[in-house]
Amino acid sequence: MTVAEKKHRIIEPDSLIGKRIPKMDAPDKASGRTRYIHDIDLPGQLHGKILRSARIHALIKSIDTSAAKALPGVHVVITAADIPDQRPIGVAKDHFPLKVGRVRSERDEIAAVAAESEEIAEAALKLIKVEYEDLPVIGNPEDSIKPDAVLIHPEPHGADGTHLHLKQGTSIAHRGKADNVAMRFDYAHGDVVQGEAESDAVVEDTFKLHYVTHCCMGVSGMIAEFDAAGNVQMYSNTQVPFLHKREFAEYLNIDPARIRIIQPPIGGGFGSKLDIYPFEVICLYLARAAKRPVKMLFTREEEFLASPTRQPVLLTLRSGCKKDGTLTFRTVHTLHDNGAYTSWGATTPFVMMQTFSSLYRVPHCDYHTAAVYTNNPYAGSFRGYGNLQATFAIEQHMDMLAAKIGMDPLEFRMKNAQDAGEVTGQGMSFKSCGFKECITTAASRSDFARKFAENQANQKKPGNIKRGIGMASMLHVGGGAKIYPSDGCGTILKMDDFANVTLITGASEIGQGSETVLSQLVCEELGLPISAITVVNNDTAITPWDVGVHASRTTFIAGNSAIGAAKKAKGKILAVAAKKFDCTEADLDLRGGFVIRAASGEALVELSKLLRNLHFQEKAELVMTTFYYEPPSVHQDKGFKGDVSAAYAWGNQVVEIEVDTDTGFIRLLKVTGAHDVGRVLNRLGIEGQIEGGVVMGQGYAFTEDLMIEDGKMKNPNFRDYKLVTAPEIPEMDIAFIESMDGEGPQGAKGVGEAPSICMAAAAANAIANATGTRMFELPFTPEKVYRALHGQTPKRYWKPWKAE
Amino acid sequence: MSLKHEIEFTLNGVKRKLAVDVTMNALDMLREVVGLTGTKYGCGEGECGACTIQVDGVSLNSCLMFAVDCAGRNVTTVEGLTDQPRGEALRESFVEHGAVQCGFCTPGMMMQADHLLAKHEHPDAACVKRGLEGNLCRCTGYKKIVDAVVACGGRDSVTPAQAGVQK
Ligand code: FES
Ligand code: FES
Repeated sequence: MTVAEKKHRIIEPDSLIGKRIPKMDAPDKASGRTRYIHDIDLPGQLHGKILRSARIHALIKSIDTSAAKALPGVHVVITAADIPDQRPIGVAKDHFPLKVGRVRSERDEIAAVAAESEEIAEAALKLIKVEYEDLPVIGNPEDSIKPDAVLIHPEPHGADGTHLHLKQGTSIAHRGKADNVAMRFDYAHGDVVQGEAESDAVVEDTFKLHYVTHCCMGVSGMIAEFDAAGNVQMYSNTQVPFLHKREFAEYLNIDPARIRIIQPPIGGGFGSKLDIYPFEVICLYLARAAKRPVKMLFTREEEFLASPTRQPVLLTLRSGCKKDGTLTFRTVHTLHDNGAYTSWGATTPFVMMQTFSSLYRVPHCDYHTAAVYTNNPYAGSFRGYGNLQATFAIEQHMDMLAAKIGMDPLEFRMKNAQDAGEVTGQGMSFKSCGFKECITTAASRSDFARKFAENQANQKKPGNIKRGIGMASMLHVGGGAKIYPSDGCGTILKMDDFANVTLITGASEIGQGSETVLSQLVCEELGLPISAITVVNNDTAITPWDVGVHASRTTFIAGNSAIGAAKKAKGKILAVAAKKFDCTEADLDLRGGFVIRAASGEALVELSKLLRNLHFQEKAELVMTTFYYEPPSVHQDKGFKGDVSAAYAWGNQVVEIEVDTDTGFIRLLKVTGAHDVGRVLNRLGIEGQIEGGVVMGQGYAFTEDLMIEDGKMKNPNFRDYKLVTAPEIPEMDIAFIESMDGEGPQGAKGVGEAPSICMAAAAANAIANATGTRMFELPFTPEKVYRALHGQTPKRYWKPWKAE
Repeated sequence: MSLKHEIEFTLNGVKRKLAVDVTMNALDMLREVVGLTGTKYGCGEGECGACTIQVDGVSLNSCLMFAVDCAGRNVTTVEGLTDQPRGEALRESFVEHGAVQCGFCTPGMMMQADHLLAKHEHPDAACVKRGLEGNLCRCTGYKKIVDAVVACGGRDSVTPAQAGVQK
């Protein structure tokens, strides 16, 4: 290239946004090179194993670990008695990592071993003798609230009836409960009595939502190590490293600054790694006692037994509308089976009440949840966070009310759907809102209206194969969620002499592709190819603070933070370039690895050359920036009113099925979805999120069922817990509605949780459309469907109950 | 401690001689004795396919196979697969089609898909879905995995250059 040519080189505008960008970590993952926690071993490492309860609910009379301790190869055996400074853990701080005096569920941790090998650790567990005294088991939340129910957490806590096992001066100890109610939520806006008086049609039904679990393909695990000075290094799969650092420090009674969490790539998250579980604290105890690194991995069976579940819910909903189709009120009571301990599942009402109050315009709304203790497994957060459960009830009632007033279900939804600019009774403010477009798009692409009428007409015709079509809508946070005091994320960005970027972000990658999306956003700003960036996102000693991966927040929050850092870097670079080329910064831009003239696209200087100059000549400056993004959202007040997210995601999905009325077998034919995602950033990534979410929702609706009987899990394996397999997936037609959110990074909103929310509700509506039969309980297994179709399912009614 | 047994076999084209516990399965041998961690543990009971390897060209669940039964056989894992043209092409196709999310199921999927492509050069989507029935994935909803395998089978011939994965 001659000098003259170089001078006039024009760089055409190009954008990374909306393209199909392969995930940056995919080549390594597809070569078996990625090292997950299971693949990491430290020199001198021991293997930890946990002894779990042999009973569902019992007093622990004695534990004898002497034979286990004597086994060659065993380094440490611990029980609660060995850890006098245990602190209670969990969302309500209502259990100890190693149980004290009493076990309350099948998963309960009684003792732990660190040994030379997993085999030896397992052999040692078998040598531990525990004497129990059985207590009555509460396997059903409805029994838990009966006046004579045995208390799961009687006062006071502790085996000896005192709190003396707790450290003196500890204020956070769980002191037990006078009843079995773990948490309550009561919300209201308007006046439901007035709403009911104005109604022409009212429906009331009880819905039952079952247990399912995350089934991350990579089982849970952790490696913990203490150095000579007592500093802790953990390899952990947590989704919230910075909050957990603080919590772990509390459990170890050390300064949080002494804890470093490294997050290896993770074999699936979906919300399961949002809480601290006993095994993690126990692993730390073992490492502390053994003075060696300790690695703890679950077996698949243990993963089923001792991981959280999705929150099971019993729910009675009463809804009404006027003849013209205007919704008038909703009254909701739910009974959440809290299991033996409290994790995030108990807090799903935060999300559920938003769906009840604000998915459609509802002038009067009354919402109550009681989460009650039982001896069952406890629920954590799980993609969708209560929204699958709430939507299941609401969207069936939408169809039922429409039918009652003789209105088309599509028209009924459109009449009540939210628009941009509305502020709901709960205080949520919808800035960008493509909801109506989602409904009409999914309906027209699936030919909903015609098929709905046709199927309905076919219900009574002969033949055992019936087709059904059903729709459901969703609303979920899409611009972060102010749950903790801060919802922010920090970014550090540095550029080297060759115009390569290192993006150091607080945001965790859990397989969802955030690393790639953040890279796109930064490279877009700096006019660089995606190959120019390296992301560091997995080490609390290096990365800046972030509140964690949850609430579909990473693209929005970490994205805005990354853009902020990139804009600062760009500002620095353009300021230098403007001086050099004797123009203003506004005259210049970055594109294709060059500084260009904004108007003409003419390349002025290679970015790398400019950066080298900056570095080696002028003031030896390096381009490094930091940025912290805190979204403009508002915490809820005590009455749960507030605008917790800076943006909200909308969607509608239409499900088409074929039911064999002779067998109850349902084939899922097609899912047509339309999602308001703000803007598509990485088309490949977002399609993958939606497809994966749809199939996860399919599993929830049709195949997955974690069977718990009186606290005992019946099917802790993939043989009897049925995940959807490849041949069963439906045809998927997904449309993206780009509402260009004003606050979103490049207009985007969060979408991670959205796609699984509608499936079960839409499937229930499709079954009703095919057969005329309503199903109020999940999952829609052939047996359940057959019974319902043949009048063998008595209609359940749970009388709303309010804790006194 | 149980009895050790010495076996000889070929692993990813290299002859190996190892002493293994007679009770050990092939998955643990690969991961813990050999140190190749690309093959994953998902269930240990033959239900998830994360541990899929090929033995004499046939895909199987390494968690259900005794390590000693590898004696005299030709064993391929994901680490060896991507050294071969079809394996390279599969990897490229998986990456391009967005078939990888958390990636934990991916090695098993690729081993199974490679076996399928060895039997059916140009499988259609239905054939691929059936072929991958034993491999669970919790992230992708399978669609992009199926697309990746179909597209790979659709390639007439794959040269190493085409198969190169961009950095
Ligand atoms: S680990 Fe072998 S099939 Fe799951
Ligand atoms: S990509 Fe996560 S299990 Fe398949």
